[in-house]
Amino acid sequence: MTNTTRRRFLSSLGLVGGAAALAGNGVLLSGCGKKAEEVIVIGGGFGGATCAKTLRRLDPSLHVTLIERDSRFVTCPFSNTVIGGMNRLEDITHDYAALRDRHGVNVFQGNVVGINPAAKTIDLEGVGSRRYDRLVVSPGIDFRWGEVEGYDKAASLAIPHAWRAGEQTVLLRRQLEAMPDGGTVIIAPPGNPYRCPPGPYERASLIAHYLKQHKPRSKILILDAKEKFSKQALFEEAWKQLYGDMIEWVKGSEGGTITAVDVKQRRVINLIGEDFNGDVINLIPPQKAGAIAQQAGLTDNSGWCPVDQRTFASSIHPDIHVIGDACLAGSMPKSGFAASSQGKVCAAAVVASLRGELLPEPSYVNTCYSLVDPDYGISVAGVYRLREGEIVGIEGAGGVSPLEASPEFRKKEADYARGWYASITADIFS
Amino acid sequence: MKRLTVQARFLFSLAILLGPPVGMGEELSRAMMLSNSCMGCHGPQGVSPGSIPSIAGKSADFIEQALKEFRSGERSSTVMQRHAKAYSDEEITLIARYFAAVKQ
Repeated sequence: MTNTTRRRFLSSLGLVGGAAALAGNGVLLSGCGKKAEEVIVIGGGFGGATCAKTLRRLDPSLHVTLIERDSRFVTCPFSNTVIGGMNRLEDITHDYAALRDRHGVNVFQGNVVGINPAAKTIDLEGVGSRRYDRLVVSPGIDFRWGEVEGYDKAASLAIPHAWRAGEQTVLLRRQLEAMPDGGTVIIAPPGNPYRCPPGPYERASLIAHYLKQHKPRSKILILDAKEKFSKQALFEEAWKQLYGDMIEWVKGSEGGTITAVDVKQRRVINLIGEDFNGDVINLIPPQKAGAIAQQAGLTDNSGWCPVDQRTFASSIHPDIHVIGDACLAGSMPKSGFAASSQGKVCAAAVVASLRGELLPEPSYVNTCYSLVDPDYGISVAGVYRLREGEIVGIEGAGGVSPLEASPEFRKKEADYARGWYASITADIFS
Repeated sequence: MKRLTVQARFLFSLAILLGPPVGMGEELSRAMMLSNSCMGCHGPQGVSPGSIPSIAGKSADFIEQALKEFRSGERSSTVMQRHAKAYSDEEITLIARYFAAVKQ
C-alpha cells in the first residue's frame, strides 16, 4: 500500500487528524473508492460540535471537518459555578479528542477569515482556501461594542462581560475574591435577544451564594435593560428565601437601562444620567451573530442569521447552514441546549439533502437549568415543532418549575442540573 | 478495492475493534429524530454518566409506560411531565423502541 493510499484509507476510517486531511487537496477518497462528500463545520461549541458528531453518526462515509479557533472549549453553561467558586475552569473545559479519535471528525484548529458561497470555499487564516459540498456555520455570538458608550474590548479587561467563558470568567471570579466585604457588585444585562436568557440571574444567585458565606455585608445590584426576565417569579422567590435583600433588581423603565460606562471611575450611567458605582461591575453588552456570519453576509438587519427553520439553510446563501445562537430559530431561546438540538436537526437535514432523501419531521428541544445555590435548582423546558415554517413551542407542554415547591424538589432539580451538564457534554464531546 | 496488504488488514481489524462504526450509519427516521431530543439530558444513546437515569436498553414497555405516566402526572417528576406532554402515543412508542434497541 502506498503512503497516499494508506492515508486515504486511514482517513476514511477516521484514524488521522484534521491537519492531514486538510493538508491534502480536499478531495479525499473513502474506503470503497467513491468520492466522499466534504462537510465543513465552523465553530466547535454546542451547535457545531454536536452537528459534526451527528453527521458522522448518521453517515460515516462523510468527510466531516470541524474548524475551531481554540484547542479546547470552555462552556458558558456552568461558568456561573466557576464565578461563584463552586467549580474550577478545568471542570467546564472540554477537548476534541473523542470527536477526532472515536467519531472520525477531522478536527482542525484554525481561524476562518472568509467564506465564498459562489465558489463553495472557505478561507483559513495561514492555510488558504478549502472547498466544501456543504457548510455549517455555528459561530455563537459577537458583541456590539460601543453600543454602551465607553464599553469596548479594551474596557472588558477591566470590567468583564464574562459572556464568553474562559479568561473572562476567571477575571470576574478574581475581582469578586478581591472585593472587600460590604462592596457592591453591579450586573448589567442587555435587552432581548441575547445568549442564555436566565444566565444573568443565575449569575447573581451564585455570586450571592459566595458573598453570603464570605462577604455577607455586600450587595448585588442588577441594572437591567428589560422589564421582565426568564424564570423571574422563581428567581425572586428563591432570592428572598436564600439571600434576603442582598440582590436588588432594577427594571429598564425604572433606571435599569445602562447607556454608558466609566471604566476609570468604575461606574455605569443609565438612560436618565444617574450613575452607579460598583466595586465589581459585570456588564453584559448587547449581542449579534458571531463575526464570521457578519463577514460572510449571512446576517440581516437584526444582526442575526435568518434561516429555513426546517433545515437551518441560510435564507441568504442556501448552501450554508447556520445553527446556534447566531441564527433566528423561531421561539427557541439562544441556549447551548437549543444549539445542540439544532445541530442534530441540521445534521439530519444535510445528510437527507446529500442522499436525496426526505427529512423526517424535525423535533427540537430545550431545557435550561439554573442553580440558585448548590442545592436549589429551577428549570425551563420546551419542545418545539415546525408550524408554517416557524419553530414554535408545543402548546400544553414545556414551561417552568412550579412556584412554592418543596426543598426536596429544588434539591432534585439542582442534582439534575449537574446531571444534565454531565450528559450533554458527554453527548457532544465523548 | 485493491487486494489488502497484511498491514492494511491489520489496520482494518484495528479500526473495527477500536474505531468508529464503518457501516451505513443510522437511518434517517422519525424515531431517531424524536429520540435525539432525549440525549441532551439522558446522555448519548440514552447512556447517562450522571444523576439523570439512563434509558438505554430498558424495555420498550417500561419506557412507554413511564412516559405515559409522566404525561398524565400519575408518576411524579420534576421536568419529565413538561416534556412528555409534547408527545403523542405514537411518538412515545417510537422513542421507547429506539432506546430499547440500544446495545450497551
